[in-house]
Amino acid sequence: MAPLPRTTVRDALSVSLTVGAYGVAFGAASVAAGFSVLQSCLFSLFTFTGASQFAAIGVVASGGPAASAIATAAMLGTRNALYGIQMAPLLRVRGLKRVASAHLTIDESTGVALSQVPRGAEAVRVGFWVTGAGVFVFWNLFTLLGALGAKALGNPASWGLDAAVPAVFLGLVWPRLENTFLRVVAVTSMVFAIVITPWLPAGLPIIATALVAVVLGWRTR
Amino acid sequence: MRWLVLIATSVLCLAIKIFGHYVPQRWLANARLQRINALIPIALLSALVVAEGVVQKTHVVLDHRLAGLAFAVVALLAKAPFPVVVVGAAVTSALVYHLH
Repeated sequence: MAPLPRTTVRDALSVSLTVGAYGVAFGAASVAAGFSVLQSCLFSLFTFTGASQFAAIGVVASGGPAASAIATAAMLGTRNALYGIQMAPLLRVRGLKRVASAHLTIDESTGVALSQVPRGAEAVRVGFWVTGAGVFVFWNLFTLLGALGAKALGNPASWGLDAAVPAVFLGLVWPRLENTFLRVVAVTSMVFAIVITPWLPAGLPIIATALVAVVLGWRTR
Repeated sequence: MRWLVLIATSVLCLAIKIFGHYVPQRWLANARLQRINALIPIALLSALVVAEGVVQKTHVVLDHRLAGLAFAVVALLAKAPFPVVVVGAAVTSALVYHLH
């Protein structure tokens, strides 16, 4: 029993630190998009799901309406509901602890937890809670550092932040493109977004691209 | 407007997470729904690469950011770790920005 959780904890902590460090990029991008340091930190505390946070501030930065920013962020967050459906029966917690487990249900905590299944139920729970809490602590800490740093540095283009944000999105989508069909979905989405950009108000092309997912996902393949 | 985005995004994203932990498993068992849901992050993240990388307001604009994105593509193809991808893209873009 003893060596088992230790490996799990090591896995969980290394993921927490690596992933949490990207909070720097979020804090900096958020301040560059016109959010205050306080607002940036509240985002990481209460939204706490990276892709949605980047999307919300990204749409605002590109001049899109609030509704488009909120809808894009929420749609990117729907996968967390699917993670919750998988995690709830494995965690078996009630009340406030259940709400806390829901808030910590993100790509990384679910990923580490499910990778512990061969090590047993206890390892799954340890993996989930240590990763979730670890990412939470580091993500929030690094968000604050990034936000303060961006405030001190000034013009985002002169130190490349305006290119770091799309690079983050590219880095987030890249590992998901496991087969040719998924790569086709990504390329079609990019082309679709470029084509509709001149025809729609700023920010709307992003949410409109969900149509590509609906159309290509409709038929069994 | 920024407070509205912050509060509504936080409330919705947390509500979605809580929904997943309380909903009966069979509710989201529909195969088509799961298929579409799996594609949505890919579609939206791809659109965000475009919107942040080559768009300004409602125009496609190719500028220093494209150099940063090109670096990111090469780094990802070379299986570079995430920080290298992001920081390298920023440095490349900043260099091109200052050369102009």
